[in-house]
Amino acid sequence: MKRLPILTRRKAIITGLAGLGSLLLPGCSKPTPPTYGNILRMGDNLTYLAQRTLLPGQSLAKEYRFNDISSMPATGTTNPGIFNEEYSKLLQNGFADWQLVVEGKVSKSRSYSLKDLQKFPSRKQITKHCCEEGWSAIAEWTGVPLSAVLQNAGIKESARFINFHSYDGWIDSIDLYDAFHPQTILAYAMNGKDLPVPHGAPVRLRVEKQIGYKSMKYLQKIEVTDEFVDTGDSGWAWYTGI
Amino acid sequence: METIHHSRWVKISHWVITVSFLLLAFTGFIILMCHPRLYWGEVGNDLTPALFELPISRNYQHGGWDASVPFFNTAGSQVSASRTYDIFNQNGWGRSLHFLSAWFLVITGVIYLFTGIFTGHFRKRMVPTREEFLFRALWRDVTSHIKQHFGYNPKYNVIQKYSYLIVIFVIMPLIALTGLTMSPAVSAGYPVLLKMFGGVQSARTLHFFASVALELFFVVHVIMIIRSGFKQQIKGMTFGK
Repeated sequence: MKRLPILTRRKAIITGLAGLGSLLLPGCSKPTPPTYGNILRMGDNLTYLAQRTLLPGQSLAKEYRFNDISSMPATGTTNPGIFNEEYSKLLQNGFADWQLVVEGKVSKSRSYSLKDLQKFPSRKQITKHCCEEGWSAIAEWTGVPLSAVLQNAGIKESARFINFHSYDGWIDSIDLYDAFHPQTILAYAMNGKDLPVPHGAPVRLRVEKQIGYKSMKYLQKIEVTDEFVDTGDSGWAWYTGI
Repeated sequence: METIHHSRWVKISHWVITVSFLLLAFTGFIILMCHPRLYWGEVGNDLTPALFELPISRNYQHGGWDASVPFFNTAGSQVSASRTYDIFNQNGWGRSLHFLSAWFLVITGVIYLFTGIFTGHFRKRMVPTREEFLFRALWRDVTSHIKQHFGYNPKYNVIQKYSYLIVIFVIMPLIALTGLTMSPAVSAGYPVLLKMFGGVQSARTLHFFASVALELFFVVHVIMIIRSGFKQQIKGMTFGK
C-alpha cells in the first residue's frame, strides 16, 4: 500500500524547528563570541543571536523626563586612583591631560582630549541604568555618540567589534550594532555636571540596550577590530541584552 | 484499575518543563539573594525606598555605604553613594543558567501550548464541563479536598482543572512577559511591556510573586501526587501506556 504524504505532528515540529534554526543562520555567519565549550556561554550566544535576529531594528531605549532622575549607587570600581597611579595623576590635573586613544581598524590611530570630545555635537539622554544585581536608576547623560567618534577616526568597512580598555583594568567589547546605536554615547557629564569619579570620570560608555556592566567607566582606549578579541571567560555573559 | 493516559508529547514537555522550572527557581533565588529588595515602578535601588525586603543573604540591609553625595543643589536632592561592603553576588553563572533554562522552558512551553490547543488536549481534559462550572460542584470538590478524600482518579477534578488552567494560561505567560520586560533590549523593542507592568521594577516584583505562586503550586502538586497514588501517577507520566 502506498503511504499517503500526511504531515504528522512530529514532521510538523521538526520542520518548525528547522525553520527556526534557519532563522538564526544569518547570525551564525558573523563572527560570534566563543563559548569556551561552556553550555552557559552557548546559552548566552543563543540569546545574542535570537535578540539580534528577532528584535525590531535600532529601536531606542525609553527616555525619561528630568523629574524622573533618581538616586544612583556607584558600584564596581569607584576610584581607580587608589591602585592606578596614572589615573590618580590625571585626576589631580582635572583630566586636562587625559587622552582617549582610538586605534585598530581605523584609517589612522588618533587620540581625543576631553575638550576634543566636547567639540562634537553632543547628545543628552535621560535613561534607565539596569544593573545585573537587580536594581535600576535613572540619570541624565551627556556625551558624544560613539558612532561620531568612530567615523571621525575613519572606521574601516571590515570592522566588526569595538573593544574598550579602562583605567580600572577592565576590558570589554560590543558589536557594531550596539556601537552605532544612536543612544550609545561616550558620556562626559551626568545630571548636568562633569561625570563624578565614582561614576566613571572623565568619560564612560553608555550602552542603553544592555545591562549596566557593559556601560564601562574610566575609559582609556578604544580598539576597533575585525574579529572578536577573546579576553577569556570572565564568568560573566559577554552579551547582556537580557 | 484504569490508569491516566498521557500522550508522549505531554510526558516529554512535562519533564523538560519540570527540570527547567527547578533550575529557574534555584537560579532565580540566587539572583534575588544578590539584591533582596523589591520595588514598584521604573526605579529601585539601595538609595531609594523598597516595597519590601527579604532577609535571604548577607546583602539584606547591609548598610555598608559611604556618605551620600547629592546630584543637585536643591533640598532633598537625589544622591549618589558608593558601597564599602563586599556583597554576595553569584549572578555571573546565576543569570546565564537562568536564561539558558528559560530558553528550554519557553520553547517547550510554546510547543506544548500550540499542540495542546490543536489536539484539543486543554478542551477535553482541563476545561470544566457544564456541570463543573457551577459553584456547587466547585464547593463539593473543595469539601472533598478538605476531608482529604484523595482517591486515584484518571480524570482531573474541578480544583485540579482550575489550577492547571491558571498555571498554564495566567502564571506562565505572566512570568515569561515580566521576565522579558526586565531585558533592556526587549523593552526597547517593545516599550508596551514597560507600560503594561508599570516599569521594570514592578515587572521584577510581579516576576517574584509569580514565581512564589508557581513554587506553591509545585509543592501542592507533589503532595497531591503522593497522596493520590504515587506509583500510578508517576507511571502515568513516564512509561505507563
